[in-house]
Amino acid sequence: MTDTANGAPRPGRHLDFGKVAKDLVVTALIATAIFGSTIAFRTVSAAGGLRLEVRYDIAFYVIAAVIVGRLLLWLFFWSKPAGTSAVEVPAGIKSGMAKVSAKVGKGFGPTMLIFALVFPFLPFTDRYLLDLSILILTYVMLGWGLNIVVGLAGLLDLGYVAFYAIGAYSYALLAQYFGFSFWMCLPLAGILAAFWGIILGFPVLRLRGDYLAIVTLAFGEIIRIVLLNWYQFTGGPDGLSGIPRPSFFGLPFTRREGGFSDFFGLDYSSFHRIVFMYFLILALALLTNFVTNRLRRLPIGRAWEALREDEIACRSLGLNTASVKLTAFAIGGMFAGFAGSFFATRQGFISPESFTFIESALILAIVVLGGMGSQVGVVIASIAMIGGFEIFREAEQFRMLIFGLAMVVIMIWRPRGLISTRIPSIFLREKKAVSADMVAQGEGH
Amino acid sequence: MEYFLQQLINGITLGSIYGLIAIGYTMVYGIIGMINFAHGDIFMVSSFIALIVITALGLTVSTGLGLTILALILVLVTSMVIASVFGWTTERLAYRPLRGSFRLAPLITAIGISIVLQNYIQITQGARVKPLQPLIENGYTLMTRADGFTVQLSNMQILIITVTIILMTIFSLIIAKTSLGRAQRACEQDRKMASLLGINVDRTISMTFVMGAALAAVAGLMFLLYYGVIDFFIGFVAGVKAFTAAVLGGIGSLPGAMLGGLVIGLIETFWSAYFSIEYKDVAAFSMLAIVLIFLPQGLLGKPEVEKV
Repeated sequence: MTDTANGAPRPGRHLDFGKVAKDLVVTALIATAIFGSTIAFRTVSAAGGLRLEVRYDIAFYVIAAVIVGRLLLWLFFWSKPAGTSAVEVPAGIKSGMAKVSAKVGKGFGPTMLIFALVFPFLPFTDRYLLDLSILILTYVMLGWGLNIVVGLAGLLDLGYVAFYAIGAYSYALLAQYFGFSFWMCLPLAGILAAFWGIILGFPVLRLRGDYLAIVTLAFGEIIRIVLLNWYQFTGGPDGLSGIPRPSFFGLPFTRREGGFSDFFGLDYSSFHRIVFMYFLILALALLTNFVTNRLRRLPIGRAWEALREDEIACRSLGLNTASVKLTAFAIGGMFAGFAGSFFATRQGFISPESFTFIESALILAIVVLGGMGSQVGVVIASIAMIGGFEIFREAEQFRMLIFGLAMVVIMIWRPRGLISTRIPSIFLREKKAVSADMVAQGEGH
Repeated sequence: MEYFLQQLINGITLGSIYGLIAIGYTMVYGIIGMINFAHGDIFMVSSFIALIVITALGLTVSTGLGLTILALILVLVTSMVIASVFGWTTERLAYRPLRGSFRLAPLITAIGISIVLQNYIQITQGARVKPLQPLIENGYTLMTRADGFTVQLSNMQILIITVTIILMTIFSLIIAKTSLGRAQRACEQDRKMASLLGINVDRTISMTFVMGAALAAVAGLMFLLYYGVIDFFIGFVAGVKAFTAAVLGGIGSLPGAMLGGLVIGLIETFWSAYFSIEYKDVAAFSMLAIVLIFLPQGLLGKPEVEKV
């Protein structure tokens, strides 16, 4: 696979057949090494040890598919002369497109909001769709929470799921040991998660960039391991079950008298609870968004963004970077705590299984793919990722494989995320969107 | 005392494996400044390839020691080559297009590749744990305590430690003496300047991934032989610990990675031996946090100068 980007520009459609042939041979060799080794042979347990199962046919088809795919790429994409590839758009059209997308962007948020508000009452909405949108909204909320830490303050956090876990376990344990209700636990879970955010924040104040990333990852793993092994308290791998459901201002969603449907004179339906859950997570997510947008305009929000751009300049201007970082961790953690207790009450059962690293990676991927620091981007990325994940439910075992591939492809296609413009929080006279390239992001100072 | 000595031997063996993986992290981080999240999974893939080759060769414990060692060299070379191809391809497909892009983009693709590799192996090789009967048995009894507790140094452990030392020496020499190593060190210091001086930066970075993957393949075979069980998920935990080791030793430093690996291996072994086996990972990760707080550049790393 020779580097095509460095090829000399040639007029018109032209293929150097020698080069293509050489490239295809190399591709074939690599594909044979990769797929010939792992698809063609498979070890299976047999009497007295392992036995080798041979599947040359599948390996052959996969290798052939790779070569044909590469040939098609050569024929249809890489044969054009350099400079006229589909990616390059003239500057005039580009700025025009930016204007249009800015206009669309302005209307997009409110439209989505109205759609989200009426969604449960639309005729085609069934239980499955509602459950899926609750899941998507949970990730939107987590994405917005992480956006504070990564997108605004520029602190790369790979252990965000730890706060989610703390929120979920706080509610489950408080309900189990003290019988607290959901509405009492929700703020408590947020406070506890924020508190843990500060505890984690203190030791990592001096760390930068990837060091910070790896320590937060370690922190996430530590929380999970403790939850897994502290059997007497957390139930270990068995998890906690029978977590109480939330009530509607004291009205439980039950068939009995004094329940929600009885009070409002409706026929009992389990659908009511799902709709209630939907609005609950919608309200929580909107609260996250509202608080974030307000904070961005307050001194603390500006301090976060200043910290992201240049830590040394921040310090020389007299900002207390320690407290700025700690508030970012605390507030980001708090929203994850809220989301966690919502997760616990929705599922009714939690175990450490739900809080693995892959979950942190998923939330981070949503934030980065959406375009860090962009609130709308998080929504689009959540719908794309979680929705896409559901579409491939049929393909069961290939689902994660496709998911991983999609992550790679989208990232290469749009490294700055789907929404690549940013609205500055402070401006002179007129609000102007700036390109994401102008903003330092997640450089992790 | 005897118990301590035994744990020391076990810890050094485990530390050698971590050290070999950590080198891949530290070299890649040194040269392009990214955490290659998929590195742990390259290690996992390579141990599966080693298992396939061992099964294909029909190696068992009854094969003579001389023949076993010859066969294992064949296994090692095969899995090193194939793992290198995996490493090279991931770099070419997922990281090179993002070179010069912002820092987080390759991290996300690396996580994506890690998910892809794990699920690819789960689909093609099955989700079940793969057991391998021990191929090399016996060893030396170094000491016997009054109550019959013996300090054992198994042949397997000798093999692992020897192979690690040999390969470490070879790779240190490659980096110190060859033109490839010089190019790597030049790219690490200043990539733009290196390319101005005629070094093919892309090729050098590719070679770094190939070397890292080859060493991960060595660790993969050692892990397979030592523990005798592998599954598609071993890459994550081993990868995180090896990265911890690389950071602990001072990222970008080869001896540092080896030292960090040994320290992590020893901490983990002693913690499991004297305290609790469940919390051994917590001990290793806490150690990482503590070291980074008090010694941010790691044990052997150069202090980072902050410039405006």
